Amino acid sequence: MVHPFPLARACSRLLSIFLIILAASFSVQARAQEREPVRIGFMDPLSGPFASIGSSGLTVLEFTADYLFNSRGGILGGRMIEIVPLDNMQSPTETQIQFRRAVSEGLRIIFQGNSSAVANALNTAVTRHNRRNPGQEILQLNYSAVDPILTEENCSFWHFRFDAHAVMKLNVLTDFIARNEDIQRMYIIGQDYSFGHVVAETSERLLREKRPDIEIVGNEFHPIGQVKDFTPYVTKIVASNADAVITGNFGADMVSLARSIIDSGLDIPIYTFYAAYDGITATLGADGKNRIRLVHNDSANPIPTGERKQFYRDFKTAHPDRDVTQPRLAMALSMLVQAMEQTGGTDPYELALALEDMRFTTLSGEEVWMRGSDHQIFQDLHVSVMTDENIEFDADNSGFGLYTEHFVPAEQTVMETSCEMRRPQR
Amino acid sequence: MPEVLVFATLNGLVTGLLLFMLASGLTVIFSMMGVLNFAHASFYMLGAYFAYSISLYFGYWTGLILAPLIVGVLGALVERYGLRRVHQHGHVAELVFTFGLAFLIEEAVQFFWGQDTKNYQTPDLLDFPLFTLFGQEFSAYRGFMLAISIGIFIGLYQVLTRSRVGLIIQAAISHPHMVANLGHNVPLIFTAVFGIGTALAGLAGVIAGPVLTTFPGMALVLGSIVFVIVVIGGLGSLPGALIASLLIGLLQSYAIAANVGMPELLELLGLEFPRSHPLDDLWTLNLAQIAPILPFLLLVLVLIFRPTGLMGKREQ
Repeated sequence: MVHPFPLARACSRLLSIFLIILAASFSVQARAQEREPVRIGFMDPLSGPFASIGSSGLTVLEFTADYLFNSRGGILGGRMIEIVPLDNMQSPTETQIQFRRAVSEGLRIIFQGNSSAVANALNTAVTRHNRRNPGQEILQLNYSAVDPILTEENCSFWHFRFDAHAVMKLNVLTDFIARNEDIQRMYIIGQDYSFGHVVAETSERLLREKRPDIEIVGNEFHPIGQVKDFTPYVTKIVASNADAVITGNFGADMVSLARSIIDSGLDIPIYTFYAAYDGITATLGADGKNRIRLVHNDSANPIPTGERKQFYRDFKTAHPDRDVTQPRLAMALSMLVQAMEQTGGTDPYELALALEDMRFTTLSGEEVWMRGSDHQIFQDLHVSVMTDENIEFDADNSGFGLYTEHFVPAEQTVMETSCEMRRPQR
Repeated sequence: MPEVLVFATLNGLVTGLLLFMLASGLTVIFSMMGVLNFAHASFYMLGAYFAYSISLYFGYWTGLILAPLIVGVLGALVERYGLRRVHQHGHVAELVFTFGLAFLIEEAVQFFWGQDTKNYQTPDLLDFPLFTLFGQEFSAYRGFMLAISIGIFIGLYQVLTRSRVGLIIQAAISHPHMVANLGHNVPLIFTAVFGIGTALAGLAGVIAGPVLTTFPGMALVLGSIVFVIVVIGGLGSLPGALIASLLIGLLQSYAIAANVGMPELLELLGLEFPRSHPLDDLWTLNLAQIAPILPFLLLVLVLIFRPTGLMGKREQ
């Protein structure tokens, strides 16, 4: 038997097949949308002389993403967070290349922390890109570059800093130093780049205000990551009869400097920003006890809440050789996720608006505030000493760690800003 | 000021002689094979890391002996199974080979030992101040570094100039074909020289590791400066390498110690610039700030005025 309308039948068959394919593709697309991860760039040195700092930051960020969000069903109704590492070797030039890569891979949010010179370069690149590509904006989340210029003259709507800037930290540090009557002669030494210069100028200015009797007996710069042996510098420190040292050095420059000071038999306190973790604490060991002091956020010992203690213990189980070197990464990511949940998406413009003036309670139970006018965070600051007494959470599995000696609540760290932000119109 | 001068000299000597240990191997290898070994400083790093790992189990002194041996054997293997095969493709291929090797070693070190600074300490035996001068200690370990470096120089010089082996090596450098025709195994000599050169670099790493810190960037920091020394001293010249090493060690050390710079120079010339001057950074520059860059400046000057280097004999 011949079908009365063979053509119509073929057509209807084709149509139904087409419809099925269409429906299937829609559902695949919908599922893909549902499962598509939120991709976040992490741009820091993952090779070269400063690789240890960058890679420990990456470990903390990846762990936080999995521990707080991915293992609990993801964010935005089931999407996972994927951290994309971008190795900028801590060079401003490489940063530009990695930034282009981030753009071409469609990353819209970039975490970056190491080196203010790099942060400044990235800030310029991001601001220019965002001006030229409306609708394709990129958000820069700075978790550790502390040159104040980033939230003052060069402040940008697209840049948020989740760490106290150098002047805020030095304000706390010099208050602490000023209380020590034994200190009469201060030596300042630092890396020859923007942050090092800020540390030198600000320390000198603040000490002169707070303790005019302290004499600045040295103010020295050395090229960053180039010095093999700090002994010649230490010779000058000894000759100056200094009884304390301030330095903003980090990485190998910090270890070598502290080692040379210790080896020369000079028994004076060293006030620092970054002299702990990533092998530094283990290398300095008993020689650094009661001698190294750091200004930082998030007390390392004692840890105030059980929640953060558990976070540290679980991190240690997953990465026995590493430490939570920069707890503010967990805070920054959590605030970002809160902004995403609030806006229901990942659009950088909306996220920036949600982050402005956000108040957030961290794992330590502290309330932090992201100021809207310059995108600078305010949180409690601590001055800690390197010791092996009362240390529950040590660094580098060395038995030594940081113990808080001095504490300043967030509201007392607030400083005025000269930021005149150019806010994009939408 | 005298204490600064004394210590600046001592520091300069320690750094200079340490650099010489690296440069001596590099310069001899260059004069033999005509190729700059870019991976030379990486062998220095390997020496430090091997010694660190050995010291964890058997103590510092075992590491001091074993680590350079391991590095030397590694170096010899690299020459025998790597460089020699690449050699037939010319110098450029060799250069690229050693360049790649440097990256490979750096990655391998990060892979096996991680990126953190390693807690490699001086041995307890030498953990005391050798002497205290003007309130500053000079550690016994630094004295030990000085002694080893001087010993190596004397030993190397004696072997190369006085012994039969040294004569054959010197002959192989200038007339490899003639030496081969006389029945000597020239490829074996090359392998041995490469092995010894890298072992010296390894030894430098072993003794420098505890004081200059052991971390994956240590090769990078020292690598460039070693090339500068070899070029300034004259490619292939051992005494030239010694002079250049000491020159650079002392130059850097004195430059850091000296409290002079552009402000003093301008004052001398009776010039003055306001702080807001566009070249303010230049007018306030001091010598200590640029000390680590000075060797490169010297390199440029030497290349302009004496391209063969201080003691170089090779006509390019």
